Amino acid sequence: MNNPSERSERYYNLYKENIKRISERSSPYFNSFREAAIDEFNKLGIPTKKNESYRYTNLDTFFNHEYKSYFMPSASDFKKAEEFRCDVTDLDAHGIVLMNGFYPTIKDKMRKLPGGIWIGSMNEAADKFGDQIRKHYNKYINGNSDGLVHLNTAMASDGVFIYIPEGVVLTKPIQIINLVQSDEDIFNQHRSLIVAEKNSDVTVIVCDHTLSPNKFLTNGITEIYVGENAHFEIIRVQNEHNNAGKITHTFMHQERNSYASSNNITLHGGLVRNSTYHFLGGEGAECKSLGLFLADKWQHVDNFVNVDHAFPKCTSNQLFKGVLDDMATGAFNGRIYVHKDAQGTVAYQKNNNILLTDDAKMDTKPQLEIYADDVKCSHGATVGQLNDDALFYLQSRGIEKREARLMLMFGFAHEVIQNIKVEALRDRMDKLVMQRLKGELSRCAFCMVKCG
Amino acid sequence: MLIIKNLKAEINGKAILKGISLEVKAGEIHAIMGPNGSGKSTLAAVLAGRELVTVTEGSVTYFGKNLLEMPPEERSKEGIFLGFQYPIEIPGVSMVNFMKTAVNEHRKYKGLEPLSASDFLKMMREKKELVEIDSKLANRSVNEGFSGGEKKKNEIFQMAMLEPRLAILDETDSGLDIDALRIVANGVNKLKRPDSSAIVITHYQRLLDFIIPDVVHVLYDGRIVKTAGKELALELEEKGYDWIKKEVDKKDLA
Repeated sequence: MNNPSERSERYYNLYKENIKRISERSSPYFNSFREAAIDEFNKLGIPTKKNESYRYTNLDTFFNHEYKSYFMPSASDFKKAEEFRCDVTDLDAHGIVLMNGFYPTIKDKMRKLPGGIWIGSMNEAADKFGDQIRKHYNKYINGNSDGLVHLNTAMASDGVFIYIPEGVVLTKPIQIINLVQSDEDIFNQHRSLIVAEKNSDVTVIVCDHTLSPNKFLTNGITEIYVGENAHFEIIRVQNEHNNAGKITHTFMHQERNSYASSNNITLHGGLVRNSTYHFLGGEGAECKSLGLFLADKWQHVDNFVNVDHAFPKCTSNQLFKGVLDDMATGAFNGRIYVHKDAQGTVAYQKNNNILLTDDAKMDTKPQLEIYADDVKCSHGATVGQLNDDALFYLQSRGIEKREARLMLMFGFAHEVIQNIKVEALRDRMDKLVMQRLKGELSRCAFCMVKCG
Repeated sequence: MLIIKNLKAEINGKAILKGISLEVKAGEIHAIMGPNGSGKSTLAAVLAGRELVTVTEGSVTYFGKNLLEMPPEERSKEGIFLGFQYPIEIPGVSMVNFMKTAVNEHRKYKGLEPLSASDFLKMMREKKELVEIDSKLANRSVNEGFSGGEKKKNEIFQMAMLEPRLAILDETDSGLDIDALRIVANGVNKLKRPDSSAIVITHYQRLLDFIIPDVVHVLYDGRIVKTAGKELALELEEKGYDWIKKEVDKKDLA
């Protein structure tokens, strides 16, 4: 077995061997960050359990694996993305389909939505939206201690760019369907940027699906800028097979009086790690960080949240829930950092987990660092079984034990789902969660994905 | 309808019921009174099938069947309803979904088709009026954030939906103001059919001003120590439980 430093070195070598190829395919502006980033990666390496924030998550099986491909899909692969259709009925959304995290074809494919919203590849945006890219790209990551963040900056060649101009209110959500498919084992790194300008109001849904049974590893970053008084929601639905590893880093930067929420719904996946960073960068900003996961067999789901209260009178709310069956394991690490001047901060955190078997395991860790004195802060974590009193209550009304258990688990999960504003998506999520809890495949009826 | 013979039961190895015998006939209302800790709620729990309580001796026959062999859900479908002293809050499960599942399980048991959505909502509306329950409550999660009175009304509402043959009301009056008490009692009275029965467990006599019992039992230290007509309740209200305790303790000494 590789020792950690050898393991990290392998990725450094990969960078050295391919940097020319990567640079040729991407914008000079993105290339200008690569060298510093790989240096930083060399210092930090691939996280191990010695890193506090990865204490409960073992990346070995995914990072020691030899993948066949580490780069962007070919044009022919993108064809499959174009043929894909989503059957979330009634979900009236502006849809785009990605392949392995990449926007199909690089040039002349940018799309304009009502209100002047633009969606396209990062590389194309680097030409058309140079000012925006320079203003926001790689600006919200400062000093991150996760080596994988820097590996991404060094090696990711493309991703999605979404631009929402000032004052644009989009009633339909933007749905990004990310298909993960290949005939060989692949490691994907993509990089996306969403800019929601002042007074805009937009919901973005990202659905991840694996379409082939190969081993996959994804290390993706999404940077999000939420302007003054803007309202932004992102919902991520993860539905990947047991052989897929998914690592996401989401950086949300908020200006004053803005509202932003992130909701990570993990229905299925081999190894999932979601790091969500909220920076409340102006007075009166509010954020919600939500998550739900349902894990069984040997699955592992880890949610890491960091909420930075840098300005006064900001509000944050974390709610993460997990249901663990069989030998599944999970972790939650929720950090609230209140800066000295951030008076009038309100920060809540809640993490509740249900273990359905004796072999399932959950580690949960709140981390509060408060340097202001006028602060309202609370946190609570529970790891337990289904409530016997509630089970008996349902049974005493004629509901069979099996059904009563399902209802309780569903109710537990629904507390997270009910935060989804788009009704069609909320209903669909309820259905998928129910199917998943029943042990049925939680895939959309016409989808070819065979999860589990 | 219900025959309890020499019922003994324990919780975590501690004997709570020490030999209870009782018969409830169709159409009767029985009141069970007694001081705190006498075993009233344990009796209700045994009848509803709570696993926490272990029956060590005795039998319970319900319409000729061995009740103790049935899981709680089957007892419910056979017509037994327990009104909880402390109704449970279940976040994320809506009242509508809860009741729809329960009503349709009952219908399935009787060989009936599930109710259509519109028929079900109509039924909800009618029954809600019966217990003067706020219609918004039906859209909320089961008991979540309900006041004490709302929770108790919600129990009676569920009873109305399930139309039991034997209702066991465990201290339904506790924590209610007089208006809520009246509404709850009216609900119970309106739901009473000539062939249905009720066991009303209460600490105080005041509920029995509204729900008139045919028989009153006094439970003390896991045993029924006195059985009489409705006038017994009044006597207890006047004199408290001490005289009964003394009477029993004297007998035990002798």
